[in-house]
Amino acid sequence: MATKLKPVDVVIVGAGWAGGIVAKELAPTGLRIVMLERGRPQATNPDFSGPQVHDSLKYARRHEMVQNVARETISFRNDPTQVALPMRQLGFFLPGTNVGGSGAHWSGLHWRWLEWEHKMYSGTIAKYGKSIVPEDMNLQDWPIDYHDLEPYYDKFEKVCGTSGKAGNIKGRKIVGGNVFEAPRQHEYPTPPMTSSQSMVMFEQATKNLGYHPFPVPASNCSQAYVNPDGVSLGQCHYCGHCTGFGCETNAKASPHFTMIPLAGKNPNFELRTNATVLKVNLDSSGKKATGVTYVDARGREVEQPADLVVLAAFLTGNVHLMLHSGIGKPYDYKSNTGVVGRNYAYQGGGGARVLVDKNTFMNPFMGSGALGMWIDDFNGDHYDFAKAGYIGGGGISAGQNSGDPLGYHPVPPGAPQWGAGWKKAMVETYQHTTGVGHQGAVMSYRQNFLDLDPTYRDAYGRPMLRLTFDWQPNELKLMAAHTAICERIAAEMSGRKDGGIVPGGRPSRGRFSSVPYQTTHNTGGAVFGDDPNTSALNKYCQSWDVPNVFVLGSCVIPQNAGRNPTGPVGALAFWAADAIRQKYLHSPGRLA
Amino acid sequence: MTDRQDDIQPGADRRTLLKLAGFGIGAAALPMAATAAGAQAPSPATAGDATAMPGMAMPVASPAHGPLPAGYVFLNPDEAAFVEAAVDTFIPADDYGPAGTELGVATFVDRQLDGGYGRGDRMYLLGPFQLGTPEQGYQLPLTPSELVRTGIADVNAHVKGRFGGSTFDALQPADRVTVLSELEHGKIALETVPTNTFFGVFFQLVMDGFFADPIYGGNKGKASWKMLGYPGVGEMYADKIEAYRNKPYRADPQSIQDLA
Repeated sequence: MATKLKPVDVVIVGAGWAGGIVAKELAPTGLRIVMLERGRPQATNPDFSGPQVHDSLKYARRHEMVQNVARETISFRNDPTQVALPMRQLGFFLPGTNVGGSGAHWSGLHWRWLEWEHKMYSGTIAKYGKSIVPEDMNLQDWPIDYHDLEPYYDKFEKVCGTSGKAGNIKGRKIVGGNVFEAPRQHEYPTPPMTSSQSMVMFEQATKNLGYHPFPVPASNCSQAYVNPDGVSLGQCHYCGHCTGFGCETNAKASPHFTMIPLAGKNPNFELRTNATVLKVNLDSSGKKATGVTYVDARGREVEQPADLVVLAAFLTGNVHLMLHSGIGKPYDYKSNTGVVGRNYAYQGGGGARVLVDKNTFMNPFMGSGALGMWIDDFNGDHYDFAKAGYIGGGGISAGQNSGDPLGYHPVPPGAPQWGAGWKKAMVETYQHTTGVGHQGAVMSYRQNFLDLDPTYRDAYGRPMLRLTFDWQPNELKLMAAHTAICERIAAEMSGRKDGGIVPGGRPSRGRFSSVPYQTTHNTGGAVFGDDPNTSALNKYCQSWDVPNVFVLGSCVIPQNAGRNPTGPVGALAFWAADAIRQKYLHSPGRLA
Repeated sequence: MTDRQDDIQPGADRRTLLKLAGFGIGAAALPMAATAAGAQAPSPATAGDATAMPGMAMPVASPAHGPLPAGYVFLNPDEAAFVEAAVDTFIPADDYGPAGTELGVATFVDRQLDGGYGRGDRMYLLGPFQLGTPEQGYQLPLTPSELVRTGIADVNAHVKGRFGGSTFDALQPADRVTVLSELEHGKIALETVPTNTFFGVFFQLVMDGFFADPIYGGNKGKASWKMLGYPGVGEMYADKIEAYRNKPYRADPQSIQDLA
């Protein structure tokens, strides 16, 4: 039997960006807030101290900061005719754990999504009519638009000290920034990162081709910065140990040192680590949450009653908790009804490799998670969908993350992968190659969804979350087109007479594979919207069915875009926190 | 046909591309395959498995000695002979540096197999088990150390049948190359475990032993880092990324133990 604790006002599940932002924003209320984090405590000092924090075997290969799949994982299948099987080791995505969550090990690409990316349905049919939308595509709008969110995007950038160059301030286009971006009120808090050689080459090549390159907005801090909350962020050292690692200089913004200590200024805030939430408890009506049950480090089940529950785990954790707890109607793909598990989308990718001559040097070990140059010329709705034959776009970029040989020791095509001649090929290539990559939007479909697995259970005895996902023709076409664009840019960058590129591949067998790491950018499963028949949450990210539950994170986003989701995740957490504080606490109940 | 997982995209190569072009984004393109089956390598495990003994004097007077004592804790003598022979076939001595065993790579493999990674401490290993599709990935009930142990026995059984009773380690160098190459390309059907799954896991371990920080027992003297011109784990480049743009930056590499 679970030990029942004294009730509190608010329980927040998860100590990442979303949970951290809500906890910090609610701190002035003085409410009794308990934050439950399944992982351990984690702080820059001592957890991210050098030199150990640069241990690639530990962090990049063994994924020390990522969810332990021995305890919690998902099952996966490509389509509903298959039997889903457990993801037995980490694969295509890397959800964080410990205090800071994925926000402690992220790369720091910090985007505002484009206006169209907030209204993919209406924005698309306004131009092309309804007939362009395939029958199985559950294309839908956000319930709020970019302009509703702009102040919150701004706030999140200022928290993080995001480095970049604006391309559109109040409608004024600025060369060198992203001229395609939605109008912003303010410039980025800090100037762009310093370009690597690969970025200089990409910038020149894309200009030559008539595109509009700009530096990736990076929450890696190009210079020391004090944010509006008085939190100091250090200057990025371009140490090349960023994605998958904690940052020892606090240059990479993370909730563990920005939000959570500020939440702790509320004397009634308590962070409990090693606390894995198993379930949200509902009253007999099923319309009201009474709190949560979690398991602590001793294996004890603990019930924490609360008036308000905020789910701020990773997408898979949030959707799993909703399904397991009975919050909202589970999605049924056959009838296309129900909402929890609906509109899951992954993200596409690909690229081509650039080979340069022996007088060009990359210094690949100088890098940061978000160090890159990017073009949006093929992203959003900046081109003709009808002509292209697909809906959605993607960002195309080049940059440098890490040259640590554990993960990076390229050889030219046709060279040995081991044995005689291999070391020579590596030595001759290490400084003289780079790449161009793309990151593609993925639409949501009836047949791509999340539900509970009928067979497999996690370490806590709960049915696993089951993912059914495959590439659809729209996305396969998009990825093929963008790989070709990458190849064109790669050839322009190389300038070698022999072409100087290694062409990109296409997904093997045309199917999505859960095996290799691709990206952690998952969206949907508990989307927000204006219609309770097609969304699990209203525009304040509040459950339609259980109004004292709010759900935050990329699970609320109805389709994936060709850019990283952390910007909207943070902005939406500020947006929802505002609604909780200004509206909900005054009059608890459905806000929409 | 032993492998249901032959056409999995190579994992090591994906990672390589990601580092270059990715920002953590995906790359469906795999222009430079590093291994045929790297994607099958069970990957999640805690690190720090190897018992680091900084400052301990090594009893063996060899240029290869480093932070870990010689000898094996997981591999039996037959397995150790296989691993040493395979390591030196993958990483032979040449103009660019010594053979893998001289750099502690076999020791690295041994300690990893004996530790949390090898024991599958962060893998989901509960049943029911079934093969699944290539897209569903690793579905064996074996931990990485069980897989490697079984695979070594399988390879030796194959070699004995084919080379007149010899084990892999007793083969001529050219024959070792042939066997490993055929394993890499799935041309040998192992008796117990899927060829590509075994090869992928084992090859990845050997590579990691060559490139990982020397604190784990391989890459002694930071040999692979020196070879490539990688400056190691202590460098700060904020004042160098522009100054050395398009110029090679070289520094004597620093490892964790150098800086600890």
